[in-house]
Amino acid sequence: MTAEVDRPEAASSGPGGAPSSPHGPAPSSPHGPAPSPWHHRHLLDVDVLSRAEIELVMRTTDEMRDVLARPIPKVPALRGTSVTILFYEASTRTRVSFEVAAKNLSADVVNIAAASSSVSKGESLVDTVRTIEALGADMLVMRHGVSGAPYLAAEVFGGAVLNGGDGWHAHPSQALLDLYTLRSRLPGGSLEGRKVVILGDVLHSRVARSNVWTLTAMGADLWLCAPSTLLRGFEAWGSRGAAGRRFTVTSDVGAALRDADVVMALRIQRERMASGLLPSLREYAARYGLTQERLRAASPDVIVMHPGPMNEGVEIAADVAVDPRSVITDQVTNGVAVRMALLYLLAGAHGRGSEA
Amino acid sequence: MTGRRIMAAEDVRRATTRISHEIVEKQAGTAGLVLVGIQRRGVPLARRIAQAILEHEGVEVPVGALDITFYRDDLSMVAQQPVVKGTQIPFDLNGRTVVLVDDVLYTGRTIRAAMDALIDFGRPQAIRLAVLVDRGHRELPIRADHVGKNVPTSREETVRVQLEETDGEDAVEIERLPALEAAGEARA
Repeated sequence: MTAEVDRPEAASSGPGGAPSSPHGPAPSSPHGPAPSPWHHRHLLDVDVLSRAEIELVMRTTDEMRDVLARPIPKVPALRGTSVTILFYEASTRTRVSFEVAAKNLSADVVNIAAASSSVSKGESLVDTVRTIEALGADMLVMRHGVSGAPYLAAEVFGGAVLNGGDGWHAHPSQALLDLYTLRSRLPGGSLEGRKVVILGDVLHSRVARSNVWTLTAMGADLWLCAPSTLLRGFEAWGSRGAAGRRFTVTSDVGAALRDADVVMALRIQRERMASGLLPSLREYAARYGLTQERLRAASPDVIVMHPGPMNEGVEIAADVAVDPRSVITDQVTNGVAVRMALLYLLAGAHGRGSEA
Repeated sequence: MTGRRIMAAEDVRRATTRISHEIVEKQAGTAGLVLVGIQRRGVPLARRIAQAILEHEGVEVPVGALDITFYRDDLSMVAQQPVVKGTQIPFDLNGRTVVLVDDVLYTGRTIRAAMDALIDFGRPQAIRLAVLVDRGHRELPIRADHVGKNVPTSREETVRVQLEETDGEDAVEIERLPALEAAGEARA
């Protein structure tokens, strides 16, 4: 992918003229710069991303990895941009990852934990978002326990909304960082035809739902494996992956892991036990836990992933988590780079100061 | 659309060679010298200058590539983010003389951004600037140390540098913008 936008002129030059471009004042379209392939004002789910757009995110992430490798891992790209991080659910890695990403781009960051805000006094989501905008936020990174909440926020908010995870629905930045991590580890960087297994609580997992889209879009042979109570609804969905690609849904862990190139274990949320979907954590660990023994059925070079936080000894054995084939810490590091890329790409779409 | 050709392949070659001599002369040798091309056409130009220095001095001068996208002062004004093209500076800049290389010097804003970016990589002893074409209309107090050709232009013109590595042939053309009125209004 080499869409060469050679330092495109500002579509409308502000006072001071067309900055940076040596070639001349900015003509308006149709003679403007070749359009960059990013067209989204918000990122609420990965299902709106074309393969070319996913490639653009991956490529921009490469650049951000380079920035992170510098002695001073900071660039002024988002100087003057205000990013508000609004989390209605507990989170450490995603929230900190977004915060570090925004700071590495020199954005101003405001953190709001819903528990300590006016939300606890009964303020509605819409009012909270309006208040955040009135306080000067250009971008809103949001996590909410209710599926679809960021869509409501996007209707109200004047800037860009980035979904940091909503209910069971979507977790776009996680799916993109998983994809980036896989591509950097797989020989040739391609998922085409690779057997990727998502093992665990698929039913309640926004990570799984977003990954289904990106992994099938990139050509992976995707398998979802869990006890049947945690797969409800996915059998029907199995025929509707990205671009008509199917994925396999099974409760047979042996068949799923056989010759797998990638295994992604998902957290078993303890609070699910109450609902009677699983008899006990011990039984789950015994029948579906990712152990060294089970992993022997997979490809010798299998890549082990986990989006965190882990319940060691339940969905993943402690020695598997720290196995050389595990890329769990890579996922965390890449998470910062991917989120820098997303913030950077979305910052261009807010339309401030341009006629767009 | 083709414009008026102001440099042919031969002119580009001679200008690059002359700049390579000037750089060495000004530095009184090649000690501590590094070249950094600004993406995108500054990079092949920097490589050519390094090749010319290798030919007449027998010294290989390190060449880096600099993408200034993250340092632009107009990111909040563009409708879409420019595609980032990559920075590779695999050497230490501390105490070196860095010659920035670009195709066209115009407002000076690219160079301002490039200097900011360089300084994030270290503390060069000096930063110099070599450009193939200086077309005037500076908006910042910046000048080039080495210029291939000074070309008087109007703001309504555009200077298009083509290089074999990026465009298939070496040439510099000047053309009048067709969307002149629209652009004029946008600037008013």
